[in-house]
Amino acid sequence: MKIPGTELLRSEAFTKKIVENINKVIKSFNRSCRIMHVCGTHEHTISKYGLRSLLPKNIEILSGPGCPVCVCPAADIDKAVELGKRKDTIITTFGDMIRVPATNISLAELKAKGADVRIVYGPHDAVKIAKENPQKEVIFFAIGFETTVPLIGYEIQNGPPSNFSVICAHKLIPAALELLISQSQLNIDGFISPGHVATIIGLQPFYIFSDAYKVPNVITGFEPNDVLLAILMLLNQKKESKFETLNEYSRVVKPEGNKKAQGIINDVFESVSSPWRGIGRILDGGLAIKKKYEEYDADKKFDVQLPKSQDIPPGCSCHLVMVGKLYPYECKLFREKCTPLNPIGPCMVSMEGTCSIYYKYYKE
Amino acid sequence: MSMKKVSSSVIRLAHGAGGVLQGELINFITQNITYKNVNKGIGVEELDDGATIPLEDYDQEIVVTADGHTVHPLFFPGGNLGILSICGTVNDLIMMGAEPLAITSVIIIEEGFPFDSLEKIVNSFNYTAREANIAIIAGDTKVMPRGSLDKIIMATTGIGLKDKHIRVLDNNLQKGDKIIVTGSIGDHGAALIGSREGLNISSDLKSDVGSLLEIYNILKEHIQNNHIHAMKDPTRGGIAGALNDWANKSNVSIIIEEQKVPIKKQVNAICDMLGLDTYTMACEGKALLSVSPDKAEEILNKIKSTKIGEDAEIIGEVDSENPKKVLLKTLVGGTRFIDMPLGEPIPRIC
Repeated sequence: MKIPGTELLRSEAFTKKIVENINKVIKSFNRSCRIMHVCGTHEHTISKYGLRSLLPKNIEILSGPGCPVCVCPAADIDKAVELGKRKDTIITTFGDMIRVPATNISLAELKAKGADVRIVYGPHDAVKIAKENPQKEVIFFAIGFETTVPLIGYEIQNGPPSNFSVICAHKLIPAALELLISQSQLNIDGFISPGHVATIIGLQPFYIFSDAYKVPNVITGFEPNDVLLAILMLLNQKKESKFETLNEYSRVVKPEGNKKAQGIINDVFESVSSPWRGIGRILDGGLAIKKKYEEYDADKKFDVQLPKSQDIPPGCSCHLVMVGKLYPYECKLFREKCTPLNPIGPCMVSMEGTCSIYYKYYKE
Repeated sequence: MSMKKVSSSVIRLAHGAGGVLQGELINFITQNITYKNVNKGIGVEELDDGATIPLEDYDQEIVVTADGHTVHPLFFPGGNLGILSICGTVNDLIMMGAEPLAITSVIIIEEGFPFDSLEKIVNSFNYTAREANIAIIAGDTKVMPRGSLDKIIMATTGIGLKDKHIRVLDNNLQKGDKIIVTGSIGDHGAALIGSREGLNISSDLKSDVGSLLEIYNILKEHIQNNHIHAMKDPTRGGIAGALNDWANKSNVSIIIEEQKVPIKKQVNAICDMLGLDTYTMACEGKALLSVSPDKAEEILNKIKSTKIGEDAEIIGEVDSENPKKVLLKTLVGGTRFIDMPLGEPIPRIC
């Protein structure tokens, strides 16, 4: 499927035009600007295409807590590891989750020691594994934001086999954004908001930031010129002292979102206060499986005794990196003791993790 | 004899994926070898595609390569283990500037492996060897009890010959050199990932597995005259691994222009969808060349005149600033680094 105009989204000529305009606008108000995105995929686009190298020095692009594997608390990984140690289990999860360090060992280390840990591309594959292995307990370690939730909800609604269950570690984005805004010392001039989250939940949950907190907000796509356009749209609001939630990603995001997906989420899950790694407990920051589907809830199904978990190891600054208070290279461990081969904190693991992305793309 | 400590207590899959971890593993294995070369030829410490044994009183030297071959699935779109084994060996010899002469093969088979699959693999092996004009001169076979290995693996030794004065080496890149790639990158890696069970991406993408003999033959004169300073087939680790290896060993920087890098639409689509880095996807029938700038166009045109090289492009050049780094001018004009891949490519979430 070809969407008209998409060829412009990676066009260098169009990039030049946008950057020219960004330069014009920023000159007109003669001060620096701090813009935050909250999505690992946005950081990936920004870094992969070298967008920071195109922007004027006085525009700072900060990374928020947008990497789902980074914000997953160690206790949840510990739980998956404990269950994986049992002889009769198969742990399934998304690719970059398996390397995240937890309190003791990661799922990758558990796999190397002989446990059955499998990378799947989606929950449907995990259900398939459960059907093929009726003698085993197949546990799907479910992480991610609003984007991955409906897929898991759909599987649960459709009655997977009784040997299938879910560790539900889903997080919700709007609650995290609200927490960030309330930390006033961050001085955010605008948010680049995740287009795929808005595809599901629609624009409405984002209005609170522009309306109540007076922070401009642009729902943004994931091509390089999407991100640059969003920056221009934020700067224009700043210039005109407007506070709006605008939709740059209108080729995909409908204002009301995806009603069907919302229906699945509301049927299967309920929002709960939830711990975010390095940030702390956030009110309505996560999801739990509703009572009517509790037979698929690994928390209810298995009794797991966990020792006290450790989210942020001594010396690690991931909790500051995640809320944009520190750049990765300002952490004492970065590149010295903490590398993607030997990650100490969660942000160094996933290719959506801010530290890992900085390690890969920035060498200064 | 104490072994240098490595960063994990067991071998992980990523130790075999052509990245930094693989370097660590190779170092772990080779660090205590005492006798590393013959007649001051290229030996194991160079970690090049192969080794050389200079013959006293002759102008030529023997080139030797070693290669283990495993692939999952054994039969993939565009090839199989047998084809891969011959092409990998022939290409390693060519990447040293050598004429491929002969090959030995070791086949280790798991109990229970079907004869008709073996027949297909061996037939392909023999046919591809004949196509590449390389003799199969010795071999060995072992059968292992069920469960002690996954189906079948092959190991080959390649033997070739080259003139002593030819220097086609990883540490021989020179400032101003142009970097040529002989065709689209990532076809093999993306085709395999696309065909793996559970993903079911339907596409007509095939692995590019093939020998580079045609390109070697047409470039012989330039190899003889040392217009070509280095050649490398970007297998595991893709061009990201190969270019970083060059930059490190030659103490130079390499600047690549993203616009110029030939990539098939299907490869881009699979990588975009799974969040994989195209530059780390393996090729099995492509070469990178670092060549004198004044000969670059001529060499490019010759490569383009071959059947396997019609998509060849000059994709970048060698510089001396920022030594040991590989930089990318991105599609939209930004600049970033291309890093050494760290391990096996893992699809990400969203």
